[in-house]
Amino acid sequence: MSGFWFIVARDLRLSLRHGADTLAALLFFVIAAALFPLAVGPAPETLARLAPGIIWVCALLAALLPLDRLFGADFEDGTLDQLLLSGLPASAVALAKAISHWVTTGLPLLVVAVPVSLMLNLDTAALPVLLLGLLPGTALLSLFGTAGAALVIGARRGGVLLPLLVLPLTAPVVIFGVAAADAAGMGMDYSAPLLFLTALFIAALPLCPLAAGAALRGAVE
Amino acid sequence: MLLTGPNGAGKSTLLRILAGLGRLAGGAILWNGNDALADRAAHGALVSYVGHLDAVKPGLTARENLGPNATAGLEAMALSHLADQPARFFSAGQKRRLALARLVCREAPIWLLDEPTLGLDVASVARFGEMLAAHRAQGGMVLSATHLPLPLPGAKELRLS
Repeated sequence: MSGFWFIVARDLRLSLRHGADTLAALLFFVIAAALFPLAVGPAPETLARLAPGIIWVCALLAALLPLDRLFGADFEDGTLDQLLLSGLPASAVALAKAISHWVTTGLPLLVVAVPVSLMLNLDTAALPVLLLGLLPGTALLSLFGTAGAALVIGARRGGVLLPLLVLPLTAPVVIFGVAAADAAGMGMDYSAPLLFLTALFIAALPLCPLAAGAALRGAVE
Repeated sequence: MLLTGPNGAGKSTLLRILAGLGRLAGGAILWNGNDALADRAAHGALVSYVGHLDAVKPGLTARENLGPNATAGLEAMALSHLADQPARFFSAGQKRRLALARLVCREAPIWLLDEPTLGLDVASVARFGEMLAAHRAQGGMVLSATHLPLPLPGAKELRLS
C-alpha cells in the first residue's frame, strides 16, 4: 500500500516541478471556451444555452492533452519496468497513474470551470450541478484515458491515436453531464443523469485499471 | 552467476524474462519449485532489475529518485553528498551509480543485472564489488550479463551462443 502512495506522490511531485503541463491544459480549456462567444456571437441567451455543452467538451479535450505523456516518459527512461517490479499488481500501478492524472488535470479543470462558466453566462442555478457532474466526469476521463494511454505506449504517433480511442468512450459522459446541467438550468429534477454518471464512474473504477494493467504488461514485453 | 555471450545471444532477453518483464515463448520459470509468474506482483517484489536504462527522473533529486531506504543506497554508491541535487545535473556515470544504489534500497534477494558496470569509473566498480559481496554474504543471488570483468569472485558462468 505504501508503494501505491509512493507512486502517486512521486508523480504529483514531478508535475509540480514541471508545472507547464498542467498550466497548458488549463490555458487550452480557457482559450477554447473563449473562442465560442467569438464564433456564435456574444448574445447572452445563446451563450447561456450553449454553456454546459461548451464547458464539458472543452474540459474533456483539455484533459486529453497531458495523457500521451502519462506513461510515455516512464516507458522511455525505464521507470515503467521498475514500477512493474515494485511488488504492486500492474492494475494498481495504473490506478495510481489515473489518480495523479485526475489530481493534476481533472481537479484544476473543475476549479477553472467556475470563471469560464461565468464568462459564458451560465445560469447560476446550473453551475453547482455542472460542477457536480464534472466531478465524476473528469474522473471518468482520467480512468478511460489511463487505459487508452497504456494501450498506445510505444506506438508511433500514439498521441494522435489516443483521442481516437478515448473520445468515443466519453460520449455517454458528455450526454449525461450536459443533461444534468440543462435540467438544473430549467428548474427540473437533475438527479437521474448525475446518478447515471456516478454509476458509470463506479463501473469504470475497477475495469479501467484492470485493462490498463494488462496493456502495461504487454507494453514492456 | 555470470551471463556471457556474443551480442544478440539473448542475454538481455533472458534477464527480462526472469524478471517477469518479457514474454515466455516456452518453458517455465520456477522459484522454490513453484511457477514464479503465477503471481507476477509477488515475483516482482523478489527481484531487482537493472537494465540498460537507468530509470532516473531528471526532475527529482537523488534521494527522491530512490524512494524508501534512500540513505543506505546513497552511502553504498558514495552519492550522499549529492543526495539533494536534482538528477538532471548528474553525469552518465553518476546516473548509473544511482540506478545501482536502488539495488541496496529495495533489499530483494535476486539481483538481475544487465551490463551493470558500463560507464563506471574504477573506484565505483570497486564500491559496486563491495555491494555485491555484502549481498552474497547475506545469501542473496546475483545474475549478471556482462562483457567487462565483474568483481564477482567464484561466480559460475553461463555462456549463451
